[in-house]
Amino acid sequence: MTTHVLGDTGILTSRSLRHILRSPDTIITTAVTPIALMLLFVYVFGGAINTGSDESYINYMLPGILLITIASGIAYTAYRLFLDLQGGIFERFQSMPIARSSVLWAHVLTSLAANLVSVGIVIGVALIMGFRTGASVAAWLAVAGILILFTLALTWVAVIAGLSAKTVDGASAFSYPLIFLPFISSAFAPTDSMPGPVAWFAENQPVTSIVNTIRALFAQQPVGSDVWIALAWLLGILVVAYAFAIAIYRRKIS
Amino acid sequence: MRERAENGEPDMTTNQALEPAIRVQGIEKSFKDLHVLRGVDFDVRTGSIFALLGSNGAGKTTLVRILSTLLKADAGTATVHGFDVAAKPGDVRESISLTGQFAAVDEVLTGRENLVLVAKLRHLKNPRAIADDLLARFSLTEAGNRKASTYSGGMRRRLDIAMSLIGNPPIIFLDEPTTGLDPQARIEVWQTVKKLAGQGTTVLLTTQYLDEAEQLADRIAILHKGTIIQNGTLAELKRLLPPAKVEYVEKQPSLEDVFLALVGDTDETDTADDDRSYGTVPARKEPR
Ligand SMILES: Nc1ncnc2c1ncn2[C@@H]1O[C@H](COP(=O)(O)OP(=O)(O)O)[C@@H](O)[C@H]1O
Ligand SMILES: [Mg+2]
Repeated sequence: MTTHVLGDTGILTSRSLRHILRSPDTIITTAVTPIALMLLFVYVFGGAINTGSDESYINYMLPGILLITIASGIAYTAYRLFLDLQGGIFERFQSMPIARSSVLWAHVLTSLAANLVSVGIVIGVALIMGFRTGASVAAWLAVAGILILFTLALTWVAVIAGLSAKTVDGASAFSYPLIFLPFISSAFAPTDSMPGPVAWFAENQPVTSIVNTIRALFAQQPVGSDVWIALAWLLGILVVAYAFAIAIYRRKIS
Repeated sequence: MRERAENGEPDMTTNQALEPAIRVQGIEKSFKDLHVLRGVDFDVRTGSIFALLGSNGAGKTTLVRILSTLLKADAGTATVHGFDVAAKPGDVRESISLTGQFAAVDEVLTGRENLVLVAKLRHLKNPRAIADDLLARFSLTEAGNRKASTYSGGMRRRLDIAMSLIGNPPIIFLDEPTTGLDPQARIEVWQTVKKLAGQGTTVLLTTQYLDEAEQLADRIAILHKGTIIQNGTLAELKRLLPPAKVEYVEKQPSLEDVFLALVGDTDETDTADDDRSYGTVPARKEPR
């Protein structure tokens, strides 16, 4: 059809980045909840939680907080996509000679950019609150890679929500369970402190392996088998969500 | 340029000098049990204004969506600018622009940014110059740096149509372009449409209003219960009506008359699509 996929994606990405710049509150809002959680856990609950390690509690919980940041940030992707569909601009794009996948990729890349900024803000606050790591550049890059993969995987889930939602609230409600998932994982307390079935769930859901991997990278510990489990989950979710999103998109535009 | 698509239907109409800009044959479309279009046929001559008249829910938008490749028909064929909409949607999109029933502008962006965005997506050179030119033509220069969300309905519609003109597509679809506009804005849109057709653009517009079709269209087709029940020039359609009776009715001024009297314009060709402050734009003096 057209050979302008990259160019069109770039043009549309700068459009939706502009949306974010015009309402930076979306990034602030995304960062506020995780920061509040961080304050709450570090200064209120943290003392009572026995992590079984001599890491400071903020070091222990930061990986989970970062995942919560992203899980709440991607709701805006669903929201913006839904508004495009509602407002008719989506149909205008569809009736123009532009690469069709560009419309979705622009939202995905925008989500990546916005979430990286939010994550950066949260890490900055964590540093002020005493987070410390001796992680090497390579370990930081590995953390960044995992967070990017996590963002991409969840963003495609958000695309599904945005494309199929009937109401604005529906477009973002899907993210609540995702935000909640880290609480039933190793993010805030060791899973062996949980009762049987809960512990089983916590140990076998994706967040635990991702949190453990990031935690090990920050603590300069070996990542063990967790990294492979984490990568398998992330790639699995990414592929399935992407396939679903594209299928829904095709149905929508044909 | 205007080569017939390879997969064009076999019946080459010989009695027509020009291939029609739009050819619709036996188009059907259902949504579940609702048979919205039950075999729609018509041709639109290149460079003409064609009005598709139908009441609310008649299927006008559905047809426009099919012709602009947003929706697939269940049966029948349609060619736009010589390209089959089902087989060559990419080529169709290169040849058309759609102004949907509801203004499709980016509310967060300014008017100028909206125009620049479309110009870039159409891969045109000098998107900024194109935007400035259109802002001037549509009397939006002053509002150009304001967010589209602050625009009035008429301004938004003008911006919407301006966005559709970028790249000078040979065929334009306007789906109920004046629904919801005040009389002044309505006349402005009419002027724009006439000017477009004057430049050779083929316009297919849908409307619920007979007077709009009367004002603008070279041909009028009436879509009712899924088919075209009448298709002809205004004069032809009028002939179908019972002969005119002469009745004496005291003419009450319509709201439109009152409005125009108040704003000081009685001659509709003078209410061009620009403010009084832009009274010297040359194009406005050649209304068709
Ligand atoms: N996507 C859809 N799903 C189900 N019904 C639809 C859909 N689009 C339109 N319709 C129905 O088809 C009929 C014609 O709609 P439409 O083409 O919008 O009419 P018009 O534009 O002439 O007012 C209406 O009854 C409408 O409810
Ligand atoms: Mg309609």
